[in-house]
Amino acid sequence: MPLPKRRHSRTRGRKRRTNWTMTLPNVSECQHCHNPKLPHHICTHCGYYNGRQIIDVKEV
Amino acid sequence: MGHRDKIHKLGRTKPHREAMLANMAMSLFTHRVIKTTDAKAKALKPLVDRLISTGKQDTLHAKRMVARTIHNKEVFKKLFAEIIPQFTDRTSGFTRVVKLGVRKGDGAPISVVELLTEKVVVDTDEKGKKEKKAKSTDSLPKKAAPKPKAPKSTVKAVSKAAGKGSSAPSTKNK
Ligand SMILES: [Zn+2]
Repeated sequence: MPLPKRRHSRTRGRKRRTNWTMTLPNVSECQHCHNPKLPHHICTHCGYYNGRQIIDVKEV
Repeated sequence: MGHRDKIHKLGRTKPHREAMLANMAMSLFTHRVIKTTDAKAKALKPLVDRLISTGKQDTLHAKRMVARTIHNKEVFKKLFAEIIPQFTDRTSGFTRVVKLGVRKGDGAPISVVELLTEKVVVDTDEKGKKEKKAKSTDSLPKKAAPKPKAPKSTVKAVSKAAGKGSSAPSTKNK
């Protein structure tokens, strides 16, 4: 079974994790209510997509 | 690259998958709009399109072919009495899948599958879009939408679809 031979320093672990970066999602603007929304998704604020009401937002 | 992968297997055996998709198709015909995962929505769309396309032939044989999938008598009647007559102006593309977001709990991407039972409006604006659909939904007049791309969209009151369809999409978690 694999077993650590030596203790890793905090620096070593932190250096490895410097590349654990997060990226922000691409956000576009809803054409109906002008709130931010995900591209190619129904707007979660107003339920519109491509100029049409698709869902009723109140129950979501 | 996903070439030639025509069947979305959905991690299920064939009977399981077929039963599930049949149930989902019946749910869609009952509620007109359903929420499901992206993958299941994409698997469901071709099945439903084919069912409606076959049903439009309106022969006994066609009905029997549809009845292979639509086991529920009520749904079967509704499909032929209400839904298929609304598709007279369409020859294909009876459904639409639109992404909705991610599910709380497991983060699965969720989509909405809807029957396009509203009227097709041909829109000839500068964007060159071939057709625009206008659908009256609940109490929201289309004119209020500040959307420059769809000025010609007209409201067509599909009373049944508006009431049941968009206000109460059922959740399908199978
Ligand atoms: Zn919006």
